[in-house]
Amino acid sequence: MKELVILSGKGGTGKTSLTAEFAAISDNRVLCDADVDAADLHLLMNPDIKQRTDFKGGGLAVINSDKCTECGLCIDLCRFDAIKDDFEVNEVECEGCGVCVDLCPEKAIDFPVKTCGEWYISDTRFGPMVHARLGIAEENSGKLVALVRQESRKLAEAKNMDMIITDGPPGVGCPVIASIGGSTSLLIVTEPTVSGIHDMKRVIELAGHFKVPAMVCVNKYDLNPKQTQAIEQMVRNMDVTFLGKIPFDPVFTKSMVQGKTIFEYDKESSTRQFVKNIWDGIMASPEMNQL
Amino acid sequence: MIISIASGKGGTGKTTVATNMAVSLGSDVQLLDCDVEEPNAHLFMNPEIDKMETAYTLIPEIDEDKCTFCKKCAEICRFKAIAVVSKTVLTFPELCHSCGGCVVVCPENAVTEAKRELGVVEQGSSGKVKFVHGRLRVGEAMSPPLIKKVRSHIRPDIINIIDAPPGTSCPVIAAMKDTDFVLMVTEPTPFGLHDLTLGVEAVKLLNIPCGLVINRSDIGNKDVWDYAEKENLPILLEIPFDRRIAEAYSRGKMIVDEMPEWKDKFIELYNHIKNLVKREKN
Repeated sequence: MKELVILSGKGGTGKTSLTAEFAAISDNRVLCDADVDAADLHLLMNPDIKQRTDFKGGGLAVINSDKCTECGLCIDLCRFDAIKDDFEVNEVECEGCGVCVDLCPEKAIDFPVKTCGEWYISDTRFGPMVHARLGIAEENSGKLVALVRQESRKLAEAKNMDMIITDGPPGVGCPVIASIGGSTSLLIVTEPTVSGIHDMKRVIELAGHFKVPAMVCVNKYDLNPKQTQAIEQMVRNMDVTFLGKIPFDPVFTKSMVQGKTIFEYDKESSTRQFVKNIWDGIMASPEMNQL
Repeated sequence: MIISIASGKGGTGKTTVATNMAVSLGSDVQLLDCDVEEPNAHLFMNPEIDKMETAYTLIPEIDEDKCTFCKKCAEICRFKAIAVVSKTVLTFPELCHSCGGCVVVCPENAVTEAKRELGVVEQGSSGKVKFVHGRLRVGEAMSPPLIKKVRSHIRPDIINIIDAPPGTSCPVIAAMKDTDFVLMVTEPTPFGLHDLTLGVEAVKLLNIPCGLVINRSDIGNKDVWDYAEKENLPILLEIPFDRRIAEAYSRGKMIVDEMPEWKDKFIELYNHIKNLVKREKN
């Protein structure tokens, strides 16, 4: 099973748009939206949800005021300042470590498991898709990312498909780390801006840290062709495959407003060839074809 | 005054608004870049850094001479950061949330705390604007504790502008909570609006007054204006798409560098926020 994970470091470089375009020109693969914090792929895929499952995260401390003697031990023990002098637990601050629960001398603290979101298996016009919605202000995004990836893999195996395309989250922290372990290769979508470059370098470093091969493409390249050239050089010097570039084209926004990919929205668009070249490059790359 | 700048969706222009507002205000202002996974404000502000500190979190260290392998530490740990396998204690520092439960629960005092590097916090200034940012160590998963360290530099006597990370989960909450106002930067596209909606839900949960900046206001569609009206969210600034702004941004230049006439608009933006906060407090 191959898995391509699409990342960027910086948000808004075009991860989700490209994922949708790749969906439009490939087949025999499962789509996975691993940006569970601010999932957007469904806005282009218009999924028909076939299965809906609660995502259980960690526990949440709840003080039972009937049993509580207000001894204050929980306040002293809590390193997250989640319990105030009124012996109420602040849900947003509670880390779910359960230390207060285990050590309360009166056994006055309950620890119910929180439902932190939902995950879905859906059908789309481009084939099966696994996606999720993390509850607002919830923890455990890494855990939910790992879950949707694992479910995508199961679904692909069950349907005899040989590939997963995963739309990843921005950044380099917890959910990104959960997105890359065990994947075949990363596609890093950057843009020719100082921040695009800065953030791309950190994702390349992260890929190296976890020993996952990475490839790079530049979106909106003509906003700064000189900077695009510099990226190409820089990436090659880092021994990372440079796949190509895509112009800045309002067709992406126009087709997004219609809930379509550019391949469906505008049969004349010359940008389609740029996207296709990158997809062909990915499929032919040694990174995606290693044993 | 503490203003946090957030968005839900990445790449809508949080850093653009944060840096341009800070520089337009000029003095008695501090920018705190809390997008510690991918801090970008320094690329535009070019601050002179005069202080750098490494930030750590605590992880368990087991003294195997004292340990009786009773497993109490592994039992209390909800994050599976400690496992006891016959006569060996395995720790997984990258899974540890530093709750300290294992230290408290060990009957033999065999668990002490060592440090895991989270990243660095750098302080400096760009002209008269004070600057602080955090940079998460690549490979480190947990950003909220580093965001807290950056926020420990908030100064009550001046204006503090927090550049928050994208998303709606714990890192964003760590950056937005206990601020006087959340300025949400969005773009009028389906992705922008969808993630704005999630961001606004998070702000409501924290019960903080909120207003909008619509960036690239002439692309996409009009749904975000309808949403703002329905939710009673004030639109405080609209920035039309301008290739000059995009190109300047690509080179690390700010809007106010390239088009000085925007300075007054960012000052006005701040004054608007100040009035809204004042009204809220009365």
